[in-house]
Amino acid sequence: MTEQTLLDVKNLVLHFKTTHGVVQAVDGVDFTLDYNKAVVVLGESGCGKSSLAKAILRLLPRNVGKYSGQIHLQNVDTMALNEEEFRRNVRWVGMSLVPQAAMNALNPVLRVGDQVAEPSMVHLGLRKDQALVQAGKMFQHVGVPNDFLSRYPFELSGGMRQRVALAMALVTSPSLVVLDEPTSALDVLTQANIFNVLKRIKKELGTSFILITHDIATSSELADDVAVMYAGQIVEVGDAFRFFAQPLHPYSKKLMASVPTLRGKKELEFITGQPPSLIGLPQGCRFAARCPARFAKCDQNPPVVEREGRKVKCWLYAH
Amino acid sequence: MSLDTNIVSKEKLPSRNHVLLSIQDLHVWFELRRFGFGHAGYVRAVDGVKFDLRAGEAIAVVGESGCGKSSLMKTILALYKPTKGEVVFDHKKHSELDNAGIRWYRSQVGYVQQDPYGALAPFMNVRQILEEPLIIGGVKSREERLQRIRKSMEEVKLHPVEDFLEKFPHMLSGGQQQRVVIARAMILEPKLLVADEPVSMLDASVRVEILKLLRGLQEKHNLSVIYITHDLSTVSYFSERIFVMYAGRLVEKAPVNSLLQNPLHPYTDALLEGTSDPDANNALTFKEVPPGEPPSLVNPPAGCRYHPRCPRVIQGLCDVDAPPEFEREGGHVVACWLYK
Repeated sequence: MTEQTLLDVKNLVLHFKTTHGVVQAVDGVDFTLDYNKAVVVLGESGCGKSSLAKAILRLLPRNVGKYSGQIHLQNVDTMALNEEEFRRNVRWVGMSLVPQAAMNALNPVLRVGDQVAEPSMVHLGLRKDQALVQAGKMFQHVGVPNDFLSRYPFELSGGMRQRVALAMALVTSPSLVVLDEPTSALDVLTQANIFNVLKRIKKELGTSFILITHDIATSSELADDVAVMYAGQIVEVGDAFRFFAQPLHPYSKKLMASVPTLRGKKELEFITGQPPSLIGLPQGCRFAARCPARFAKCDQNPPVVEREGRKVKCWLYAH
Repeated sequence: MSLDTNIVSKEKLPSRNHVLLSIQDLHVWFELRRFGFGHAGYVRAVDGVKFDLRAGEAIAVVGESGCGKSSLMKTILALYKPTKGEVVFDHKKHSELDNAGIRWYRSQVGYVQQDPYGALAPFMNVRQILEEPLIIGGVKSREERLQRIRKSMEEVKLHPVEDFLEKFPHMLSGGQQQRVVIARAMILEPKLLVADEPVSMLDASVRVEILKLLRGLQEKHNLSVIYITHDLSTVSYFSERIFVMYAGRLVEKAPVNSLLQNPLHPYTDALLEGTSDPDANNALTFKEVPPGEPPSLVNPPAGCRYHPRCPRVIQGLCDVDAPPEFEREGGHVVACWLYK
C-alpha cells in the first residue's frame, strides 16, 4: 500500500446461502485503487460484479454465508468496524453508491432537492437550508438546472434522474463512488452526456470511481484501470491502456473480440458455452471449460502472475 | 465462427428487387384526452415516414427512446392502425385486409421481442410455445406440428431438441430464451422478420451469437428483416441500409457504409460521435454532445425537429420549414436543409 492508495481490497469473500447450496459470488478478490482514479469492473451477468459492490459497501442481504477479507479505505480497516461505526464513518462520508437503475431508485413522493439534501443532514449534521444549498451546488456539478430542486422525479427525464442520483452520491464529498451500471438503461447521447459529467467530476472534485458494467465499449470512457471478473474472481486487472490494446487472459481476449465496433471493422467472435453456476464451482481455473488455450495444468487453481503492468490469473503466464 | 462483414452479397435470388413492404406517408398519432374525455392534442409518434423494403433486404431503424421507432414497428405488425398513410405488404394494403387477411399477414411476418423472458409465457414449455402459432396457423396434424417444431429448433441451434422440448422458459439461459423466441417467429416461415432490439438484454458474448444466427437465417431463407435498435455499433454487422429516426421522422436513409463513413445529417453525426469503441484514449477527452433532449411529440418544434439542438442550424429556414428529403449519390437520402 502506498501514499496514493485510497482503497485496498485483499482476499474479499462473499458467499450466500441458498436452498440449492452456497453461492460463491465473490471469491477471493484483490485489487487496489488510487486517489482520483477510476477502475472498471467488467464481466457478464452473474459473475459477481454487483455482489462485489455490495461487499465493499457492506450492503449485505440476510442470507450471507461467509463475509471475510480485508478492506482498507484511506488506511482505515473497514472490516474491523462494527455496523454503527461503519454507517457513521464510512458510508456516504468515505464512499457512496449509485445503485443499479438509480433513476428508478428515487423516492417518487419527495422533491429531488430534499432527497439530495438528506445525506448531508444525516451524515454531516447540516441544517436543512445549508443542505439544500449544498444540493444546489452539486446539481451544478452534474449539470442539472437549479430550479429542478423542487421538482418530483416523475417530472425529470431518465438522464436527468440519473444525474440526480449521482448528485446524491456526491453531496457528502466521499472520496470513492461506486457506480453500478450507471448508464445501462440510457440512450447513446444521454450515456455520452453522463460520462462527460463523470469525467468532469473526476477532474474537478478528485473523486475516485469503481464503475461496474458489462458494457465494455462505454466503460473505456472512464477507465484508468480495468478489472475483469469471471465466476466470482478477478482474472485480470491492470492499466486500461495496456488492457484495451492487448488483453492477456484468454477470457478477456474473447470478451474483447465479441465487442462490435463502429470504427474499424473486425471479425466478431463469441464464447461457446455458458459461465459456470456459482454453486459448487469446479477445482482449478473456472474458465477452463470454455478456454481455447486450456492444457493439463488448468485443473489446478492458477496463480496470479504480474505481467505487462497487469495481474493475470492464468497458467499461461506462470513461468 | 466469423461473421462476414461484407454483408451485401450481390448474387441474390431474382426476387431481389421485388418490393415486399412499402410504407407510404405513414402517420401514427395517439389522441390525448383530458379527464377521460375532451380532446387534448395528439402524440405524433410517427409523422410522415416512407420507405420501401425489398425482399431479402435487412434494414436497421436507429433512434433514441421515444423517437417513435416502436410505434412504427407495431404499425408494421398491424397492431396499431395508422392515422394516415398506408402499409402495403406484397401488394396488399393493410387497411383492406379482413380478419382472415390479418391472420394470413401475421403468418407472413415474424416478430422477435426485446426481452425474451417477458415474451415467453412462463407456464408453457418450449413445445407448447412453438406449437401455438402452428395451431393458429391451421396445421391440423399433430405429427406434422412436432416435425416442424423440431426443424425450427434445429435451425436456431437448440439441440439436442429432446433436451429442450419439455423445458420451461425459466430453466433456460437468456441466449436460449432468445433462440426460442426466434424459433417461434420463424416457425410459420415468414417473409419478413421484425426484430425489436433482439440483443440489448443479452451479454456481450451471447449477443454476437444471436446476431450471427439472425444473419444466417436471413440469408438462408431470403428473409427481409427490420432491425430496430439504438446501438449503432451492431447495425453494420447486420443490415444493408440504416434509417435514422428522430422525433417521429426519418432524417437519414443510407446504405450502411455510406452512412457510417459519410454521415450527412447533424443528428447522425452526433449519434456516431456519442457511440464509443473500446479504447483507453476515450477517457482523456470529452465528447461533443448536442445540448438538450429530444422534443415532446405532443408539441414538436416547427420546421426541422432537430433545429433547437443543431449546431449547424440556419436561422429563418430550419426553424420555419420542415426539410424535404434530398437525394445524394449512392441512394443516400437526407432530410436536412444543408443539402438543398
